[in-house]
Amino acid sequence: MSAARQVKGIAARPVQDEMIGFAVMVLLLVVVKITGLVYPYFIMQALCFALFACAFNLLVGYVGLLSFGHAMFLGIAGYVSAHLAKVGTISIGPARLGWTIDFGPWPPEWAILTGAVSAGVLGLVVGLLAIRRQGIYFAMITLALAQMIYFFCVEAPFTHGEDGIQSVPQGRLFGLFDLSNVTVLYTFVAVVFLLAFLMIYRTINSPFGEILTAIRENEARAVSLGYNVDDYKLAAFVISATLAGLAGALKAIVAQNASLTDVHWSMSGDVILMTLVGGLGTIFGPVVGAVIVVAMQQYLAAFGQWVTVIQGVIFVVCVLAFRRGIIGEIAHALKRSL
Amino acid sequence: MFEWIGISPQALFGQLLLGLINGSFYALLSLGLAVIFGMLNIINFAHGALYMMGAFCAYFLLNAFGLGYWWALVLAPLIIGVFGMVIERTLLQWIARLDPLYSLLMTFGLCLVIQGVFQNYFGSSGLPYAIPRELSGGQNLGFMFLPNYRAWVIVFSLVVCLATWFMIERTRLGARLRAATENPTLVRAFGIDVPRMITLTYGFGVALAALAGVLSAPINQVRPTMGADFIIVVFAVVVIGGMGSIMGSIVTGFLLGVVEGMTKVFYPEASNTVIFVIMALVLLVKPAGLFGRTA
Repeated sequence: MSAARQVKGIAARPVQDEMIGFAVMVLLLVVVKITGLVYPYFIMQALCFALFACAFNLLVGYVGLLSFGHAMFLGIAGYVSAHLAKVGTISIGPARLGWTIDFGPWPPEWAILTGAVSAGVLGLVVGLLAIRRQGIYFAMITLALAQMIYFFCVEAPFTHGEDGIQSVPQGRLFGLFDLSNVTVLYTFVAVVFLLAFLMIYRTINSPFGEILTAIRENEARAVSLGYNVDDYKLAAFVISATLAGLAGALKAIVAQNASLTDVHWSMSGDVILMTLVGGLGTIFGPVVGAVIVVAMQQYLAAFGQWVTVIQGVIFVVCVLAFRRGIIGEIAHALKRSL
Repeated sequence: MFEWIGISPQALFGQLLLGLINGSFYALLSLGLAVIFGMLNIINFAHGALYMMGAFCAYFLLNAFGLGYWWALVLAPLIIGVFGMVIERTLLQWIARLDPLYSLLMTFGLCLVIQGVFQNYFGSSGLPYAIPRELSGGQNLGFMFLPNYRAWVIVFSLVVCLATWFMIERTRLGARLRAATENPTLVRAFGIDVPRMITLTYGFGVALAALAGVLSAPINQVRPTMGADFIIVVFAVVVIGGMGSIMGSIVTGFLLGVVEGMTKVFYPEASNTVIFVIMALVLLVKPAGLFGRTA
């Protein structure tokens, strides 16, 4: 089989369903804002988590690597962008001995971008370590390294420990758009989410994405075909970490704070739940799952710790009887790929 | 003798003792994880929650039935072990043939359920559990004060760990167990009930966790969250040791407890993270773990 035919095969895959799905998503975002049916901050928060879950799904759904520490990327990017947007100092070296450069508060676009990039750099380091093992070891290693980052965030001076970084200014995007205006902020978050979503979609459906799927299906075979599997895994890990960081940075600007909740292991559990409920390895599943889990946490908040119990039960039920997730079941019933 | 490094022998030996105590718990928990992994090929995420249940079981036995520490030491592992076997029969056996990642997700869900229920009823504060009368007090060794209970925990854990090693590596039952790990189909063909062995193995691993919980109750208080963060450190211990060998889990557990204790003396800022740093270094040098077989 020639390479040209393979590439043609990919291009010929019907993408109509996904385009309809994407159009529905855009339409919903517009309708919800105009009609004011749902509180816009809820949608923005859900979009941040949806992006987080999509980034996570890129790794677990298409490479078969279950990261149990993705909260570290969400959290660290949130801290970096919140710090830059509010204080804007960069310190090099140990406390009191190193240099501190004071840039003043950064504009939001640079704060968010730097946040995402720092998550990507962390992803590179963690990825280099974690991809040395597979399967459950990979999950345990990412979990342990994320816990290390959690302790770092508890102790590091710029994160302000238990208090977190509060009242982060939203600033003016490109010096033009005032992000403290709800409509402007909503549009910004929606556009960033949709662009990132398209980027993930494009990655999955590229020759690179096909190789990732090949690694998931049969790693030994991919090696025997001459692919350097570790390089592909690392690249996917860094992309996933960067996009998870983008979600965290965006979330910090929307919620105007960064706190330890976002670095804690329970956040890593939340994103797994979102992806599992929506459908592992589906394009739209993580988005649906994120909206459901965020809504559940919002509306059941009065029940306190029972929310944790409910989430645990959903985990067990999903694994026992509902492994395809919502979108996966729909796609299976319609015999489509969604 | 130790003045030249500017650290008092009391502090040094005190932390060494604490390190050995933590090491006992690491060893008992990672041993349980390794036993379960060998037979069921899953990582039991609920291990920390079951460790916590062991401690609570001891607390209930005392406050509801008036059964003291020594009863708890026998009954709590039995009760929680049976609870574990029920989990295996009702939930885990149905996903045994799937990708092991699913069992990780399911046991994570179980961990959330168990911990959530206990947090609802007991909040996050600690419940006191008294040291048994027979083991109160301590010995003055001259260079340090050794509380009897702490010495007991270390010695008893070591005995349990070595007994487990002996049972698995040196007895007929253990030989069957190891054979069933290697090739379950063939062992079943010899007329050995492998599914029952799997259930009992899971129960045994869980019982070890519960035993660790009872042992830690008088030292760490009984708290719903006592297992959650602890189990992540145990996972790192498991990655460092590799799950290939029973003795490996025991040695790594005690060793890392001591390393952690020593870090508290010499560089306290890193004591929370030192095990994770060691894990990263081991992954760089020997990815399979210190005692691991290549997997």
